[in-house]
Amino acid sequence: MIGLIGKKIGMTQVFDKDGKLIPVTVIKAGPCRVIHRKFKEKHGYDSVQLGYEEADDKKLNKPKLGHLKKHNSSGYRYLREFRLRVYKDIEESEVFDVSMFVENEMLKVTANSKGKGFSGVMKRHGFHGFKATHGVHESYRGPGSIGQCATPARVFKGTKLPGHMGAHRTTIINVKVVKVDVEKNLVMLKGSVPGHRNSLVLLRKEL
Amino acid sequence: MDLVHQIGKGQMRTDLPEFRVGDTVKVHYKIKEGSKERIQVFQGIVIQKRGMQISATFTVRKISGGIGVERIFPQHSPNIDKIEVVRFGRVRRAKLFYLRKAKGKAARVKEKKRY
Repeated sequence: MIGLIGKKIGMTQVFDKDGKLIPVTVIKAGPCRVIHRKFKEKHGYDSVQLGYEEADDKKLNKPKLGHLKKHNSSGYRYLREFRLRVYKDIEESEVFDVSMFVENEMLKVTANSKGKGFSGVMKRHGFHGFKATHGVHESYRGPGSIGQCATPARVFKGTKLPGHMGAHRTTIINVKVVKVDVEKNLVMLKGSVPGHRNSLVLLRKEL
Repeated sequence: MDLVHQIGKGQMRTDLPEFRVGDTVKVHYKIKEGSKERIQVFQGIVIQKRGMQISATFTVRKISGGIGVERIFPQHSPNIDKIEVVRFGRVRRAKLFYLRKAKGKAARVKEKKRY
């Protein structure tokens, strides 16, 4: 897998060849420089570490700056690693941009989903809740029974209950590339993508 | 957000005439049947315009055989061959949903002279 780091810009629509409107998510991705190349012999696995969004040295902390200096790189705000399943000749200081993606290609997209806060079971687990009428009172959106009585006298672990929802790493597969704009560093993906506007998005493709 | 709007700019139609809610229009719409392409004309009153930029749509309502028919067109669709404005309407609101329930005289839209 190799890919790019980008930022979600927002959603819009485009017309395809048949004049159909297609919903697209616009992502500004790359250019990404290979900061660190890891090898199986030395590090235990093959991977590339990519840097995205150049930043002033003043804005970076010393550990990151030291790491970048070691690999003769200028300042980058975001560093992310892409595991290589098959060996590929990629060298440090190589730069990737959106031209690596082709139209109609399927990608894996990873991002942090939008935070939904403390959510109930209907929103969080898709429970059906209760009727709004017919004598139901005080529990329209509750979970119902969460277990038995004296045996086992406890609630089993993993029982679906209310709690914090969203804001975790989410990956969606088979996301189609609708269009690539190399000049503006934009990729248009069909449909929605996890995360809010300006959130960091990882686009990965099979080698 | 601005960047998102720029993306659709190239696909937006600038060749179509301006029309407003209440106007009677003829929409010449390209329909593909297998490999053949023909043009269908849909004439009616524009009862709604919504959305912005590339996503904008408008709704045309007509009475066909005593039954009300509404059709929603994407305003910038490449399948719109042309739009003719047949009649300017004088209306006092942006959405003419009252036409759906109105009967007889009330279901008309007065003509307005526009230059």
